[in-house]
Parts: sequence; structure tokens; C-alpha cells
Amino acid sequence: MRFENVAMRYGAGPEVLRDITMHLVPGSFHFLTGPSGAGKTTLLRLIYLAEHPTRGSVSLFDQDAARLPRRALVPLRRRIGIVFQDFRLVDHLSAFDNVALPLRVAGIDEGRVRSHVTELLEWVGLADQLDARPATLSGGQKQRIAIARAVIAGPSLLLADEPTGNVDDAMAERLLRLFEEMNRLGTTLVLATHNEALVARRPHPRLHLDGGRLAVAPARAGGSA
Amino acid sequence: MRRRGLDIPFDRDGSGRFLPWLIALMVYLAALATSGALALDRALARWDTGLAGTLTVELPPDASSGTGKGSLAAAVRTIAATPGVRSARPLTRADMGKLLAPWLGPDLPPDELALPQLIDVRIDLAHGVDLAAMRAALAKAAPDAVLDDHRLWLGRLAALIRTAEATAIVIVALIGAAAVLTVIFTTRTGLSVHRDVIELLHLMGARDGYIAAQFQRQALRLGLGGSLVGLALALATLLALVHAGAAAAVLGERALPLPTVNLVAFDWALLCVLPAVAAALAMVTARLTVLRALSRMP
Repeated sequence: MRFENVAMRYGAGPEVLRDITMHLVPGSFHFLTGPSGAGKTTLLRLIYLAEHPTRGSVSLFDQDAARLPRRALVPLRRRIGIVFQDFRLVDHLSAFDNVALPLRVAGIDEGRVRSHVTELLEWVGLADQLDARPATLSGGQKQRIAIARAVIAGPSLLLADEPTGNVDDAMAERLLRLFEEMNRLGTTLVLATHNEALVARRPHPRLHLDGGRLAVAPARAGGSA
Repeated sequence: MRRRGLDIPFDRDGSGRFLPWLIALMVYLAALATSGALALDRALARWDTGLAGTLTVELPPDASSGTGKGSLAAAVRTIAATPGVRSARPLTRADMGKLLAPWLGPDLPPDELALPQLIDVRIDLAHGVDLAAMRAALAKAAPDAVLDDHRLWLGRLAALIRTAEATAIVIVALIGAAAVLTVIFTTRTGLSVHRDVIELLHLMGARDGYIAAQFQRQALRLGLGGSLVGLALALATLLALVHAGAAAAVLGERALPLPTVNLVAFDWALLCVLPAVAAALAMVTARLTVLRALSRMP
């Protein structure tokens, strides 16, 4: 993933991101930190192709997103998993169907969908909630479903916006181990968080946004990126 | 087995609640307009066929009596001698009485009215008849005779019916356009209401066709349900008119002047296709509306 002099503004408002230049190599793991309003969510939206930058260029998987026709963005999007800060679970679908969405969208046959989703929901401790609707679940359970949905298709790039914000420390550790396991298997990760303690315990480099500008803190000794 | 429904929660969307009823009303009106056009077309064809093998020759009132009697006989002979004519029969006073009964009543005074003499001419349709030659021969044998091949009357009637049919077709087209606009409005509302889910599917890598398929399935479901209700109401109305027409025929002149609906099996079948057409129209409109809206997403 490569950003070259990227800036972003919404409508006629001020630039929420400016002069962002970065290059994340495949298989890297970065924390994305910064105060509220620093532009973390906007940066993630640019990465997962929900927005076009006001200026500059965004390249994903060695392809300049701005130069690709719309239909060519579909396979790129299928390689990206997203954990939204507000989960964005579909209320009328069960936990099973929410997690199954990326596979069904990609046209995976129902037999494989069933086995993959069941296995993953067991792994995140929600095997007994397959048919539960999001409205009946706790914040932590919703978050685990959102994470399961993001990783179910085995994405090359996983973007997570505060993925551990609603779970206890034990579950946060467990989820981070899942992310790190995926990272070891080759998935590139960008994890936005306010949790300084979590960042401090991990060796991964940090992308720090402040006032719409980016600073990159290198990996601490013993880091994996 | 877990049931696989639509990803977009249309059931929680109030915008689609009225669509089936609007489509039911539109299909009802379209079915009545279509059946009206079909009934007029059938009536015109029936009159055309009924009159195609006949001619009427009219002579002045005194042709059947006194000195004029010779010209009636001459006219009948001349017509009968024309190639292609099967028969030429002067109408009797009793025949004229039956023809005029609707206007003058059944007790027509036998000889008090000066009525023209009519000759009913039957033509062999397989061979046809040279009307110009018949007119020329009649002009010599009975100069006062007037040959009426009904074309003028039928032509005017046909023009009137064609205008009514065109009006019915325009009405059906306007109803179709209104249905399309209704579906567009409902679909756009649905796109707005379900923006979050649509963006989620889009970001997961759903193709535009995948999202459009959800809307088109919903439009098909609502459109088919509504149009079946509309068709059922229209068929009930038409059957009521058919029965009322039959009852009026039995009562004769004492009945109220009700429109008669004479549709053949093909016409009824055509009406039964209307729900499929309406549902397909709704489905295609929804699909195109969604694809157009999605094309504006990044």
C-alpha cells in the first residue's frame, strides 16, 4: 500500500488529512494512533477505497486506485477485511449471516460458507450464538462478530478501527493474538487504537496522526515489521 | 437448514409498503383500459364481417307502388343479374317495421308513412362484385336507386373506434409510465434508507449486480403481489359487466344501457399476462435505478 502526497477534505471543509506519504510493505503490522479527530477513520476509509483522495494518489496491491475502472476495484476490495469502530453489523441478519456476508458476496458455495463461518464463530467463542440477532448481543459479542466477518475471507489487508474497544483485557489479548497470527500468515495489518497500553506491549511500528499529518514511529526493538 | 433471505432489510422499510397497492391500482386500470380496447376491436371486426357480404339499395318511397313499381322490379333484376350477387330481396313492410321498431314502436302504421324501398343484396364473398359496374347498370335501369355498400358508415365508426382504442393505449402507456416513476421513487427511497448496508456490501466487494439483484427481487415480489390483486379486481369487474350485459340482453329494451364486454379466450389470456408484465417492469426499473445510483459510488 502506497500513499503519495495524499490530502483529503469533505466538501468545502478544511483538509482533514494533508501531505500523507507512506508505504506499507506486504506482511507488515502497524498501529494507527492519534487523538480523536486526527483523521484516523478518514485514513482508513481512503485505504479501504470508500473515498477518493482530494489530491495525491493511493495505490493498493501495486495498483493505482484512481486509474482503475470501478469494476476493477471489486477484487481489490475483496482482499481487504474491515473491522468498523461501530461494528456495522446488519441488524436483521443473524450472527452467522453477518459473518457469512463476505463469502456470499464473493459467490462462495453454501457448504463452504457453513463450515468456515461455524468454525470461526466457535473460535471467537460465539458457537452458541449462531442465530442471535445483533440487537440481543453485548458490545463485546458484536465486536467479535465484526472481527470474524472481517477475517472470514482471509484478507491480504486487514484494517481495524478500535477493534478491542469493547472487550475485556483477556479478550483483547486473544483478539490481538488472532491478528498477529494472521499477520504471521502474511496478512498486512493496520490497527487503529486509542489503547496506549496495548500499543506499548507490542513491538509493531506506529503510524501517528495529529492534525491531519502523519508521523511514523519505527518498530521497537524485537518488532516484527 | 438456515433460511437465506435478502441482505438488505426491506421489511423494515416503509417506502415499499404502498408500492403493491399502487401497482394493484395501476394494473386494475390498465386491465380495464386494455379490455376496453380489445372489446372495441372485436366489435369492429364483428360489424365489418357482418356487413362485408351485404349491400343495400334504396329507392324513393313511390318505387313500390304505382308507376314506380317498375323501377323496383328493374332494380332487383339488374342487381340479381350482376356477377357475384347471390340474392337481391326487396324488404317487405313487415321487415321495415322490425327495423324501425326501436324508434317508432312495434305498431308501425302499415301505409301511413312514406318509407323508402330497400333491397337487401347478398354478395358471394368468394368472387366479389364489381360495384362500379353495378352502379352504372342501376343508373340505367332505375335512375333513382342509391347503392349503399355501408363503407361510409363503417368507415366513420371505425375511425371513432380506432380513436377510442388509441386513447386506451395512451392510457395504458401513461399508467405504465406512472408505475415506472413510482418504482424509481420507491427504489431511490430504499437506496437512501439502506445506505449503510449498501455501502457495507460495496466495501466487502459486492458487485453492483449483486446489490441490484436484492432490489430487483424485492420489486418483483411487491410488483407481482400488487399486480395479481389488481388483476383479480379487474377480472371481477369485467365478469360483472359480462353478466350484466347478458342480463341486459335478456331484458331487451327494458334494461339499463350497459356496456357489453365480448372478449375471446385470447383477450382473457392477454389480460392474465398483465401481472407478469407489470412485475417485470418493476423489476427492470428497480435494477436500472440501483445500477445508476451505484455507478456514482467510488
